[in-house]
Amino acid sequence: MNLFRMHILVPVDEEAIQAGVFDVKRELENEIQRRGMAGEVKALETGTVGAVGKGVVLIVYPDNIYYYNVRREDVAVIMEEHVVKGRVAKSIAHAVGDDLEHGHKAFHQVGLTRKQPRIILDKCCMVDSYDIEEVISYGGYQALEKIVSEKITPQQIIDEIKKSGLRGRGGAGFPTGLKWSFTAQTPGDVKYVICNADEGEPGTFKDRLILEGDPHKLVEAMIITGYAVGARKGYIYIRGEYELSIERTQRAIDDAMAQGLLGDKILGSDITFHLEIKKGAGAYVCGEETALIESLEGDRGNPRVKPPYPAAQGLWQKPTLVNNVETLANVPHIIFKGAEWYASLGTKKCPGTKVFTILGHVEYPGLIEVEMGTPLREIIYSYGGGVKDGKRFKAALVGGAAGVFLPDRLLDVPMDFESLKENAAVLGSGAILVMNEDASILEMLHSVLEFFAHESCGQCSPCRIGTRQLLNMIEDFRKGEGVESQLDAMIRISETMLNTSLCPLGQSLIMPVKSALENFREEFPAKYKTKSESVIDRRKK
Amino acid sequence: MMRKDFFERYPKSGDNLIGILHDLQDRNEWNFLSKEDLQAAADYLELPYSFVHGVATFYTMFSLKPRGRHIIRVCQSPPCQLMGATTVSNELKKLLDVDFGQTSADQMFTLEITSCLGVCGVAPAMMVDGDVYGNLTPQRVEEIISEKRRQS
Repeated sequence: MNLFRMHILVPVDEEAIQAGVFDVKRELENEIQRRGMAGEVKALETGTVGAVGKGVVLIVYPDNIYYYNVRREDVAVIMEEHVVKGRVAKSIAHAVGDDLEHGHKAFHQVGLTRKQPRIILDKCCMVDSYDIEEVISYGGYQALEKIVSEKITPQQIIDEIKKSGLRGRGGAGFPTGLKWSFTAQTPGDVKYVICNADEGEPGTFKDRLILEGDPHKLVEAMIITGYAVGARKGYIYIRGEYELSIERTQRAIDDAMAQGLLGDKILGSDITFHLEIKKGAGAYVCGEETALIESLEGDRGNPRVKPPYPAAQGLWQKPTLVNNVETLANVPHIIFKGAEWYASLGTKKCPGTKVFTILGHVEYPGLIEVEMGTPLREIIYSYGGGVKDGKRFKAALVGGAAGVFLPDRLLDVPMDFESLKENAAVLGSGAILVMNEDASILEMLHSVLEFFAHESCGQCSPCRIGTRQLLNMIEDFRKGEGVESQLDAMIRISETMLNTSLCPLGQSLIMPVKSALENFREEFPAKYKTKSESVIDRRKK
Repeated sequence: MMRKDFFERYPKSGDNLIGILHDLQDRNEWNFLSKEDLQAAADYLELPYSFVHGVATFYTMFSLKPRGRHIIRVCQSPPCQLMGATTVSNELKKLLDVDFGQTSADQMFTLEITSCLGVCGVAPAMMVDGDVYGNLTPQRVEEIISEKRRQS
């Protein structure tokens, strides 16, 4: 194996492709050839680092210097200055910015390159996922190897996950080990494991980063999960719009099959596991686990009535376990390094790390992985660089569209399931949409309600009618025709939806509606004070 | 390729319906699922036509009416709205002289709404066929449209 003096990482995703990353990469490879450095410098295609809006990014290792917005003509400069002469090409090293003078370290105090305890994203942007040998040399499949060589039993795995305190990262935060044990305990010869990669929560792209940057980790996690609960077949349900994710994950499955890491008698053991990708076709509701199962079976994605839960009757009525991508990505690390190590991260009740997306009016939009319980203020100001253009912070929509509008008095809330719950908020998917003083909460709530009215599957009446009613009311306010009692009606409707809707889509609207109306009531000026003539009020008389 | 040739790649079980519909739509010159397409899928998987129709109408990526050569999907989710998606949508509507769900008179573009594309860091964003475009402004949108027009 050739040892390279220097690696130049070329993160590729949809955004980089649009910015011409393949041109840059070709130019880079040509330059390396032309200078006869093919034996010492290697250009390597990886997933993205999480900093977005920066065009083509090149990262030079081991120096750890980031070059943003790289154009084809910049490549020669980087080669000449950095690779040959060994000094940072200051004229185009946008990322290192003010730290350039101080030791050229990319990990600085503010911004997305600030030091992060990256566990589940450890290989994202670091390895070429098309090269399975490289993935393995970086620690890929070592948890699986440990299970096989140390003959760890399924029960031991489940106990370890339980002990780690891992909780579902899809939004609800249900204890993962407990969920596994339900599926494991259900008698049955045929069971299934499903990875929920139907990432559709507005403002979220954490799963995409894992699927594009480190699909092998997901494959490994699925094998371990399948072995633990007694399933020999798994499905990864990826949303239809994520073409690059589908391609990379499929390649990872094929490569793992070829290496004997997947399929029959994995690594010579008795473990058998097969994996298949299913492509979605655009339906937000399919992120709900029973709707996802319906869709996977080839049906309309209407949620099922629970119980029975998937653990008892899931895919084709067989015991099934559904886990989110990020949840699964934790599994190999817990198995390899142990539950105690994992439980030492984050908070007592919510151990581990969490991937957050920071968006909207911030200096550095993008994605980070930090310990659970990191205060919102630190995430927005230290990683996101604070509110853009020196404006004042007004609110953050935390947790996606089904999230909560948090006012500035809650900026110090620790970001974990429990602390947010205490403040009537949710962690959700970990999306943080920052709004500055100019943003209109009315417009944002309208956008949220429009989204839900569009995505409601229409199966149950509270959600189908409720989302429409809420949208009608907010549109009255947008037109300046609002009636004050409508605001109370909106909360009542969402409460009814919480109590009577079939699935979390309808149940969670209370979060954005209530938080917007309670924290920012002044943003919803009513034209009329008189009692509303809405259907609900008339019926009450 | 004839429909039945690529059907062979799929085992005859209902869970392959969505995959087959994707394939059929991708092969259709006008980016949609015709009655014949739905019937062929129903015949192959031995499902009622009404069932296949029901599935096809549930998902936003499938269309049952002919669309333009290029499908423009504008993200309408809150992060894009916050960063100016409405201005972008209005510009597109003006440029193409269509509303959402309609196809331009020259049959070149169909304008659609999409939920989050997962590129929120470069909001507002849109997808033209398989390609994602971010950091959109009215000027940028105009450039993209004229470039697409030139290409064909």
